[in-house]
Amino acid sequence: MADGLNMGEAIAFYVLAAFILGFAVLVVTARNTVHCVLFLVANFLFVAALYVLLGAQFLAVIQVLVYAGGIVVLYLFVVMLVNLKRPPEAHKDPRRRSGLGFALAAIVLVQVGAIAVWGARGARPPASAAPAVPALGNTEQIGWLLYTDYLIPFEVASILLLVAMIGAIVLTKKEI
Amino acid sequence: MITPTHYMLLSAALFLIGVTGVLVRRNLIVIFMSIELILNAVNINLVAYSQQLQNAIGQVFAVFVIAVAAAEAAVGLGIILAFYRNKETINIDEMNTMRW
Repeated sequence: MADGLNMGEAIAFYVLAAFILGFAVLVVTARNTVHCVLFLVANFLFVAALYVLLGAQFLAVIQVLVYAGGIVVLYLFVVMLVNLKRPPEAHKDPRRRSGLGFALAAIVLVQVGAIAVWGARGARPPASAAPAVPALGNTEQIGWLLYTDYLIPFEVASILLLVAMIGAIVLTKKEI
Repeated sequence: MITPTHYMLLSAALFLIGVTGVLVRRNLIVIFMSIELILNAVNINLVAYSQQLQNAIGQVFAVFVIAVAAAEAAVGLGIILAFYRNKETINIDEMNTMRW
């Protein structure tokens, strides 16, 4: 049983590592900057999966929320604001793009429908013999450390974020 | 069996890819994304050791790294926008006004 668990962990690790490194290489080598940003999102999501494998669920959620949800959107905004090199002729065939969009939307719709049907059926067997809840969950452990031993660095980090916010606002003002 | 050595090798490879991106690419935004890859490599190392030592301190530091990465992205992208407004380019070969 332990061997099987280790085997599963090894397979998961190697698959995740291959995806992480592959998407990292694509980020560095892709010509189109928008593609770079999208590969970066994929890379961050696989790193989040690696965190789950390592038992750091809180960090995985933070990775998805802050990196894939916040920072990458910021990058995408800047790429869109800056990228004036692409000629407008790149969009001269809107029908093909709309076909792709419809296909993606259909896939998402099927997925959402499958989830809804699956959830409505609700007859999933309860996980028998659920493991005992650990004394301190992952999130609780990190929160405890953040608010006791690492309170000063935590406050310094919040001040750093405030300074960065003000700095970004000042930098993007018209006259500087 | 996956040991911390495996995670260190993955982290080192990701770090090297990021460094290569910083050194090779001339597009300022791609360079910033490579820096994000480097910070992710550091985070993987921290979390791997956190799991190995059964100690959440590594994950606390990873949270700090993510906060610093967010601040760096905000300020760096502000600088990119200011630079673009002045020079109409984001090629770092053009960023030589303060070199000498």
